[in-house]
Amino acid sequence: MSVLTMQETIIQTNNVNVYYGEKHAVKNISMDIEKNSVTAFIGPSGCGKSTLLRSLNRMNDLVPSCRVEGSIIVDGIDINSSQVNIESLRQVVGMVFQRANPFFKSIYENIAFAPRFHGMTNKRDLDELVESSLRKAALWDEVKDRLRDSALSLSGGQQQRLCIARAIAMQPTILLLDEPASALDPISTMKIEELVMQLKDEYTIVIVTHNLHQAARISEKTAFFLMGELIEMDETGKIFTSPENEKTEAYISGRFG
Amino acid sequence: MKARLMDRAATVVLTLIAVLIIGTLVGLLGFILSQGWHKLNLDFLTSPPDIVNAGGGIGPQLFNSLYLLVLTMLIALPLGIGAGIYMAEYAPDNKITQFIRMSIEVLSSLPSIVVGLFGLLVFVNMTGWGYTLFGGALALTVFNLPLLVRVTEDALRNVPRSQKEASLALGITKWRTIVSVILPAALPGIITGAILASGRVFGEAAALLFTAGMSSPNLDFTDFSMNSTTSPLNPFRPAETLAVHIWKVNSEGLTPDARDVADGAAAVLIIAVLLFNLSARWFGNWVYKKMTSGSN
Repeated sequence: MSVLTMQETIIQTNNVNVYYGEKHAVKNISMDIEKNSVTAFIGPSGCGKSTLLRSLNRMNDLVPSCRVEGSIIVDGIDINSSQVNIESLRQVVGMVFQRANPFFKSIYENIAFAPRFHGMTNKRDLDELVESSLRKAALWDEVKDRLRDSALSLSGGQQQRLCIARAIAMQPTILLLDEPASALDPISTMKIEELVMQLKDEYTIVIVTHNLHQAARISEKTAFFLMGELIEMDETGKIFTSPENEKTEAYISGRFG
Repeated sequence: MKARLMDRAATVVLTLIAVLIIGTLVGLLGFILSQGWHKLNLDFLTSPPDIVNAGGGIGPQLFNSLYLLVLTMLIALPLGIGAGIYMAEYAPDNKITQFIRMSIEVLSSLPSIVVGLFGLLVFVNMTGWGYTLFGGALALTVFNLPLLVRVTEDALRNVPRSQKEASLALGITKWRTIVSVILPAALPGIITGAILASGRVFGEAAALLFTAGMSSPNLDFTDFSMNSTTSPLNPFRPAETLAVHIWKVNSEGLTPDARDVADGAAAVLIIAVLLFNLSARWFGNWVYKKMTSGSN
């Protein structure tokens, strides 16, 4: 293997199974996700891709009937072990949801709230963090004059970029994006995609998407899921041009899903 | 053709029912206000009642009602909101929770006179306090707790789940998420419920007859020590409220203007309760707007 293709693995799942009560939602999945790259999860609705994503920062803990088996190693640590502090894990693994969910607070407070909770109390530090996070999310110029306005006064696309800024402000290593553009118009979607491309130098990004073109445009690796199983995972170019599995080919050529 | 006829008939019937209800309400309010309107002056609102002569006022009773309201809310709000948070965020879905929920339902359907008799047993006799404002406040807490718990629980449950997820995904603890994200978003609903409960406290009579008592000592409004028996602020003194006063004057008043006094007091009571209801609406909307738009 040449030096150029050597990649550091940051997330490793080993035989991960997820159950919602009796339902076996994710089946025996083992995969490696590379550091500072964009990995796309694709597949039809109910294929388990979002469930797997939500296991990576233990958001599934919120679902009482949910059970996760197997090991998920993030940065060398088994995140399901009892010694892991779930709050610390979620600082390292940030998440952006399908529907923009800004707090019912000001734009400034949306970003400053969590860092302040985690110990950043100096006003100047917070001001700087708010600005840098909004800049990284390409939102600063649009909101710099109204940071004290309610976040709900922003448009849907702006709200979603605010949620990305909010996640970035925690300085995570990994960003999980759960269909972040599926509720947005094409222009807002494009902005989010541009943003993802910029962010991948600093963060490892895992994105669930229903939009195959989106996966093809922005990701380096693509994983195709079907009925809870990982059918194929490879370089995005290869998945979209010469997939090895015929189910993958059927899906990406639009024959089902 | 038949469907359209049915539709029209239903519209007419439902409109009639609505008109009947609104008519009754307006008639009732109008009657009470018109009967008591002439008594509404500063002297009536501030002077103490007279036992035998005409011309007494409702000053102490009005003060007692307000003070009792404050005391009751000081006790009931923390309990009600705390229990509401537990029911909405912590209670596991099991038999015990179902039992708690059923108990709250039963408590909310207790007739207020029963709550009053319970208060007499526990807060008056068992404690040995006698008739006190504090005992009255505890009885009214029992009376209003179910409403406050349910309002808080509903308000918290109505906050979108995505708000909670957003906060937890940032590594914020559950407790801090509840206090800083969910509770503020639920505040308009909780405030509305609390003010509606206030209206109920203000108008309640039966639960107070045997707890806060049917008499008020001669209050000295210059004495603000908490211990003195004539101090208005002493929570361990008997305190006849406005609603109790109306009942008493009407049933055993000796003054020639007893009927007049009752009418005036009823008008004051109705106006106060109306104010509570309207301000609940206005204040809840205001808080909601404040939080969802504009600057803060």
